[in-house]
Amino acid sequence: MNAFFDMGGYAAFVWPSYAVTAVGLVFLIATTLLRQRRARTTLARLEAERDAAGLGHGQR
Amino acid sequence: MSTNVFHRYANPTKFIGLASAIIPFAWGLTILLGGYGLYLGLFNSPADYQQGETVRIMYVHVPAAWMALGCYTTMAIASAIAIIWKHAVADLIAEETAVIGATFTVLCLVTGSLWGQPMWGTWWVWDARLTSMLVLLFLYLGFMALKNAFDDPQRGTQAARLIALVGWINVPIIKYSVEWWNTLHQPAAVARLDGPTIHPDMLTPLLLMGGAYMTLFTALLLVRVRSHIMERRARSIALALAEARGAGPDEDPAGLRDGATP
Repeated sequence: MNAFFDMGGYAAFVWPSYAVTAVGLVFLIATTLLRQRRARTTLARLEAERDAAGLGHGQR
Repeated sequence: MSTNVFHRYANPTKFIGLASAIIPFAWGLTILLGGYGLYLGLFNSPADYQQGETVRIMYVHVPAAWMALGCYTTMAIASAIAIIWKHAVADLIAEETAVIGATFTVLCLVTGSLWGQPMWGTWWVWDARLTSMLVLLFLYLGFMALKNAFDDPQRGTQAARLIALVGWINVPIIKYSVEWWNTLHQPAAVARLDGPTIHPDMLTPLLLMGGAYMTLFTALLLVRVRSHIMERRARSIALALAEARGAGPDEDPAGLRDGATP
């Protein structure tokens, strides 16, 4: 197992490559999903407000 | 592809329907392909006879490079469709692709640097491949900056479309840079006219990782474009509400009037 983590002496280059990739991709996924959640809640809230105000559907 | 296909999905509601059907599959495939690709790449593939274990950097570096180019091409095609067919969703696709493509480009440059140091003895060299890849990053950043550079969003969109189209010339330059110029970077080993020169034990995890990156891009792009459409709808409802309540034009109850896009 130690041989695996040692990566033939290149651990200092192989693991940071995977780490930076993980950080970059997790950042993309997290910001994308957080933005989706915010967009959904905002839209749902405003649609409820619009219906309560009696403006009906199809308002552009 | 007929123009009818484009026009059908130019309708944001229809686009959301199609996107929502694809998104779960794109996430699922990303996990399957990425999981298997990582397993083979890290645990079940040989070290290179010249590069030793550093060859494992390839499984995250090369797919990032493919996607950096693929995303820019997507952006250029979407911009062309936006210009020719005035497709309502195409500009959103180009805009959301830029952020993802720029991230892949950064990952390609950083992992390439981490591979270059042990193999070439340098983190960076101003040769054709590396420099043209850095130019690609600046093209992405230029696209994003232009998009938001004008008070009139339409002008920003037009300028951004232009840089997406004109800048695309850099994509074949990157691809063929290793043949046209002397460079430290090794030539293509997969996309060659005479077939891949890489051993199947390495090619399989590489292609799996490439597939995972592609499906990840698909999932991210569709989710982001769908969010963008929802943000626009929220904005128009907020405006309608403000008008109905007789509020002045400065009032912005939802805080959405100019750009809810983070």
